[in-house]
Formats: sequence, structure tokens, C-alpha cells
Amino acid sequence: MTDTPLLKVRGLKIGATIYPPGERPKDIEIVHGVDFDLAPGKVLGLIGESGAGKSTIGLAAMAYGRGGVELTGGEVHVNGRDILQTGVRDVRRLRGAEVTYVSQSAAASFNPAKKIMEQVIEAAVLQKKFNKSDAEARAVELFRKLGLPDPENIGSRYPHQVSGGQLQRCMTALALCPEPDLVVFDEPTTALDVTTQIDVLAAIKDAIRDTGVAALYITHDLAVVAQVSDHIMVLRMGEMVEYGTVDQIINDPQEDYTKALVSVRSIRHEEKQPGDTPILKVENITARYKGTDFDVLKDISVEMYRGQTLAVVGESGSGKSTLARVITGLLPPSAGQITFDGRTLTPDQPTRPLEDLRELQMIYQMADTAMNPRQTVGTIIGRPLEFYFGLKGAEKQKRIQELLDEIELGDGFQDRYPAELSGGQKQRVCIARALAAKPKMIICDEVTSALDPLVADGILKLLLELQKIEDVAYLFITHDLATVKAIADSIAVMFQGEVVRYGPKSQVLSPPFDDYTDLLLSSVPEMKLGWLEEVLEHRKMESAGN
Amino acid sequence: MHPVIKLVAQRIALGILLLFAASILIFAGTMMLPGDVAQQILGQSATPESLANLRAELGLNDPPVTRYFQWLGGFLQGDLGTALTNGRDIADSVGTRLKNTLFLAFWAAVISVPLAITLGLVAVRYKNRWPDKLISAVTLTTISIPEFMIGYILIFVLAIQLPAWINAAEFLGDPMQQWLLSNFRFSSVALINDSMSLIDKIKSITIPIMVLTLVVLAHMMRMTRAAILNVMQSAYIETAELKGMAMLKIIRKHAFPNAIAPIVNVVMINMAYLVVGVVVVEVVFAYPGMGQYLVDHVSKRDVPVVQACGLIFAAVYIGLNLIADVVSILANPRLRHPK
Repeated sequence: MTDTPLLKVRGLKIGATIYPPGERPKDIEIVHGVDFDLAPGKVLGLIGESGAGKSTIGLAAMAYGRGGVELTGGEVHVNGRDILQTGVRDVRRLRGAEVTYVSQSAAASFNPAKKIMEQVIEAAVLQKKFNKSDAEARAVELFRKLGLPDPENIGSRYPHQVSGGQLQRCMTALALCPEPDLVVFDEPTTALDVTTQIDVLAAIKDAIRDTGVAALYITHDLAVVAQVSDHIMVLRMGEMVEYGTVDQIINDPQEDYTKALVSVRSIRHEEKQPGDTPILKVENITARYKGTDFDVLKDISVEMYRGQTLAVVGESGSGKSTLARVITGLLPPSAGQITFDGRTLTPDQPTRPLEDLRELQMIYQMADTAMNPRQTVGTIIGRPLEFYFGLKGAEKQKRIQELLDEIELGDGFQDRYPAELSGGQKQRVCIARALAAKPKMIICDEVTSALDPLVADGILKLLLELQKIEDVAYLFITHDLATVKAIADSIAVMFQGEVVRYGPKSQVLSPPFDDYTDLLLSSVPEMKLGWLEEVLEHRKMESAGN
Repeated sequence: MHPVIKLVAQRIALGILLLFAASILIFAGTMMLPGDVAQQILGQSATPESLANLRAELGLNDPPVTRYFQWLGGFLQGDLGTALTNGRDIADSVGTRLKNTLFLAFWAAVISVPLAITLGLVAVRYKNRWPDKLISAVTLTTISIPEFMIGYILIFVLAIQLPAWINAAEFLGDPMQQWLLSNFRFSSVALINDSMSLIDKIKSITIPIMVLTLVVLAHMMRMTRAAILNVMQSAYIETAELKGMAMLKIIRKHAFPNAIAPIVNVVMINMAYLVVGVVVVEVVFAYPGMGQYLVDHVSKRDVPVVQACGLIFAAVYIGLNLIADVVSILANPRLRHPK
């Protein structure tokens, strides 16, 4: 049995039709012939950056092409037959029975109009693997195994009535319920907070081990995939770069690209000492959104110094983005005051003088939506030059070119439209636009979260470089502790609207920790074998000790 | 209190407020109509004294606000006043007319709503393939032809030509011909009265039902198609596909429940049209419904009748849209089952 692979992929080619604006539709190839085997009960990690084709390959194991994607060539054998040849009916019997799928966003993948249980058992009943009551019993068993609270009754809730992490576990139960031979996990923990991720990851790993199911585990995070996989396949732009055991890929990568992935986040940044007078002083800020009776920020006080970086770190709902909204004046606080460069800022943005607006700039997570798609890069960067400094003509052009040089984009970028740029390039243009105003401080709201690790690294390096040249302060909002370690001078850890820990980087990241910071720091996946077990073991011992 | 009850109560209160506003508009609007009712009743040869007397008698000299509240107060008690032109009680005349209009609208809705939704589902299943294109082409054609035209075409084909064709088709044999002639007899005028049996009534309005169905079908079908296609983009549709579910079942079980709100909205708008907007069809088929009644009395400047009809139409419109709102609220699981 172990001799025949469960999944055998040979020369898999996948194409798509793209519709470039103003041009004829074009057929392109996005996966250029990939081969691999997966034995029953084994876990293969597919890793790569966006556009590597990893999700596309994962879905090919179900003979499914998302959107306009088509499986154009090669063979995909599941349980001995080529599912690209056996026809619609056979594929329908395969999906949800032999191969099942766990998506990145369980919140979107559950039908909001139906109860969780109905959806979890649907495939098992449809494929006649179980009758309804047996399937329900199995689902409850899986809920229990996956550590969901109240496993008997959680199925009778609607998807919006449970949390994101719980729903992701329900999705795993959905995939395991029909007793499949193979589960495709497509970035199952990427959308979760880091402290939630570790629990879901552990639940998935246990479930895979206990049920003996084989899995394709797709992620961009090498540290995560190292915890659950037996083998890893590194993909880049639709081609396999390297294949090996987890141990070999992590500890002895052969290819340059794999080496780069393994050593990502290697930026070293020496912490600077605080200066004399702060550039920004946030004092006792309390804020709530209109029409609510709940304080999103509670008595927040932090300081920042010229040319330095304060990282505000926390999970979703901690209030870190709300703090940015208060500082920029988009949400007037209900108490407290903000001093910027020695002068008090008015609470709401429309009453602030132009000078205050100019000196306090912002960069956003989604560079895509932060730029007008109908304006060229030159126009986008030129706008603040005109608006704040009244630059025109040749002078403006010269300054635009200087800024483009600073963000390391060469000639010819002026006339491009945002759609013609890559994700990293777009974020660079947004940085240039912020710098064009010659600000004293830039608020960076999750600016690297939407980017691939290597690209994100490049952006962080650029930001550090620019900080030296322009002497600008960054308020860096992020949920990613690796980013924080890389660039911060001081750190504020936020939890449920409060700053639970604040100080210079070296101090915040050194023990003794408060409970939350300890939880947060220990939840960040590390790129080594057995990290997950170590952390869980450690936590178990601690809670036993208490 | 459960949020759904609160929301529904809010909608109902808003509906009543809206109806009140509509009553003001209707009253003000009819006040602004040109012409003098007294003159209209007594004719050109009336003396100024008799005109003044009649005006006083009809209360036309009272201030508009007083008259408005008298009218509204009467309306709320079921007293719609008397028609100026023939002195009949409006409530009586409207009663039968409204019943006839609702009868026609009801049967047109019974046919057209399920048909439109089914066609919409089929169009989604075969999106951009020939069934979809055929359905769109046919329904868009019928909505583009003026409804009186459709009426006359159907009368010509079904009421006039069909019997001739059946008579000419001798190969069917005499008994068959007779059977067809007696069972497929379409009437070009849709006269109904209380003494007719239900079957006879429906037979008599078959062609008007067809016309109305063809008129409202396209709008509802296109909206159903668009609403479901919108839902089909969702990730949970992909989840269902990856469970190995057949497309038609996915559309029915997963897409349709999430598209109910927009579909109900468009259905209700079309139902309202079936009640309120059928004037032309009623005239073509000489059907004794509200529309014809209203048109008759507008041309005679019979203000109380126009006001009464206007307010009833407004109530129907607002009521049906209220139902659509309430169904939309109930269809939303987030509102029905709060956290």
C-alpha cells in the first residue's frame, strides 16, 4: 500500500486567461510542469510567495481551477486514476469524499445562511460516507478533538456567532468529516492572530496525526510549515525550486532562493537612545467610536523621538489602528491630548493647520487602494509637492525623480500606472508620496503585512535607510513581532485598548514578561523542528505549576 | 427586545408615516387640479348663485386643512365619501373594483413570480450559454413591447386566429377539433362578475394574465439572475463545489437563500405594479378594475374618487414594499440570530 502514492502529479501545467486593460485577452501559463508524489498519511508543505502557484497546485489535486484557471496539461493521479481524464461525474465523487479542502478564510467559506453543523456534515452525507446522525456524531467528535468549546452544541450556531479561530477549526472539521484520504490546507492559519494561530496549528497537527490523513499544507510561512510537514516543496513562479525533508530544507537548503527564504528577517537594527524632547507625545488618550459605549482606547500614553521608530504591536481588536486614527485627527479622542513637535494638535483633522498635516504623513497596508488607479506614479508623487510646496514644472519633475531614486525605482516609473507595478513597488510609491511632504513623522499602518516576506524585508530595509537620510520618525503599527524586532527603537504592546508594556526595545523584549507579552512572544513561529511541541509543552507545565 | 422585532416595528412605523405623507401629497395634488367641480356638475349654463350654493354644500369653501382632516378622518373610518358625478358611495364602487384588480394581480403573480425565479435560476446554471441567452432575449423582447401591443397581439392570435386554425386542421378529426375549440376558447374581453364560477373567471382573464406575466417577467428574472450571480462569486460557493455538489443544487441550496433579499424586493415592486400599474391592460380588455375606474373619474374631475384611488394605491405600494423590507430583515441570519 505504501508503495503506491496516494497522489501522483506528473508534468502538471496550469494556465489562465488574463484580461489586460485595453488589450485582447491573453492565455498565460502559471504552473510550468510540476512533479511530486504524496504517500498515504504524509504531509507535504507547499511553500512560496504569492504568484508561485501553490494554491493553484493544491486545488489541482481536486481537479479544480479557481476563477479562469484551467488545468492545461499533465497528470494528477489520486488513488490510482488520473482525475484530469475521468470526467465530471468522477471528479464530483472525488471532491468532498477522497479529497477535501480547508481555505484561508473560513469566515468567507462558510455559508452565512446555514448552521455550522449542516455545512460540516454536508459532504459526508452527500457522498454517502455516513448517514446524517452518524455524520453528526463524527462532527461532534471532531469538534472535541479540535478543542472547540461546547462541542455538542457549537454546530447549531451560525458562522457569524463564533470567532475566527473557532470557525477555522470548524472548517478543519468540515474537511475531516467525510474521512478523506487527502486534505488540502490552503493557508489555514494565515488570517489568524498569532496567539490564535498556534492553537489552530496544534489542533490541525493533532487531527492529522490522529486520523492518519494525508495533507497538502500550503503556506508562505516556512516556520509554520516546518511544524506540520514531513516534506517541503519550495515553489517559485510556477516551478519547483527545491524538494526535501523539512530538516533538510530548513537546516541545509541547497538553492539560493530557499536560502533567502530561510534567512528572511535577518535585518539587524541597533536600538537608538531616546533624545531630549519628544517629537510626539500622546498623553492619557481615551477614545470610543460614535454611537458605542465602549472605550476602544483606554488612557494611552506614549512618546516618540525624532528619527526613531516606535512600534505599536498588538492583535486585531487591540486598538492599534484606532490610535493612528486619533493621532491623525480622524477620530477625536474623548480625553487626553497630543503634542507634536512642541505644539498641541487639535483633536479633529479639519481644524489642523497645513503645517501639521504636512509634517505628519501616513502609509497604509493596502498600497493598492491607497492610490488612484487612474493617476500615474508621477502625478501621485507630484501632488503633495504641489499641495504643500507649490512646486511646478521642471522643479517638480526634478524632485519627483529624486524621490523615485530614493525609493530605488529607476527611470520610466513616472509614467506608469499603479496597475503596472508589483506589490512591493506600489508600497514604495506610497512611501515616496509620504516623503514628498518632508514630514517629521510617518505613521506606517501594517505596511508590510500584505507583502511577501522577501519583498517586505526590502521595504523595511528601505524605511530604515530613509530614516537615516531624512531623520524622520516612524510610528510603526503591526501585528508581526518579527517586523518589530527588525526595526523598532521602542515598543508599545497593546491589548484590548490598553498599553500593557512600553519601553525601549531591549527592555520590552527581555524577561521578566507580563502574561500577555509572554504569550505573544512565545506564539511567533520559529524556524526549527519541534518548536510547536516545545511551546505547548512549556505552556502545559506552566499552567500545571500555577 | 429582540433586534428583529425592533427593526420590524421601526419599518412599520416608517410605513405609516410615509402613508401619511402620501395622503398629504395626494390631497394637495388634487387641490391643484384645474377646473371647478361645481361648474363641472351643473354645466356651463349654471347661475352664479346655484354654483355658490353647491360649493357651500360640498364644503369647497372650507379651508384646505379642515377639508384634509375631514377627508382623512372619514377615510380612516371607511367613509371614502360620495362620487361627485353620480352621487354613489365610493367605498361601494371601489370595493368591487379593488376585488377585481386584486384577483387579476393575484393570478398574474401566481404565474409570473415562480416562473421568473425558475427562469432566473436556469439562466444562472447555464450562464452565457444558449438557455441563458434565449431566456434573456425573450423576456427582454416582451418587456420592450408596449403592453397594449402585447394585448392586441395575443387577442389576435389566441382569440381570433386560433379557432380558425383549429377549424382548418381537419387532420385532427372532428371530436378533437370540438374538444380543442371548447377548451381553448380565449375571450378578448375580460368581463367578470360575482355570479361566475372561479374557473370561468380565470378563463375569462387568461389573456390579461398572459400579458401581465410577459410584462413583469423580465425585470424579476434579470434581477434574480443578477442577485444569484453576485452570490455565486462568494467563497462558500467554492466550498460547496469542492464538496462535490452539483451546480443546480449549489444554486438552490447555497446561493438562493443568500439572494432572497434583493429578489423579494424586485418581486414586491412588480406585485405593486400589477395592482397599481395595470390601467392600460384594464382598458384594453375592458376589465372592471381600479385602473379604469380611476381613469374614468380623472377625466370627469371627480376629485373624491381620485383621492380615494390614490390613497389606496399608495397604501398597496407602501404595504408591499414593507413586506419586502420585513422579509429582507428576516432573511438575514445576522439579525435573526444575534451573537
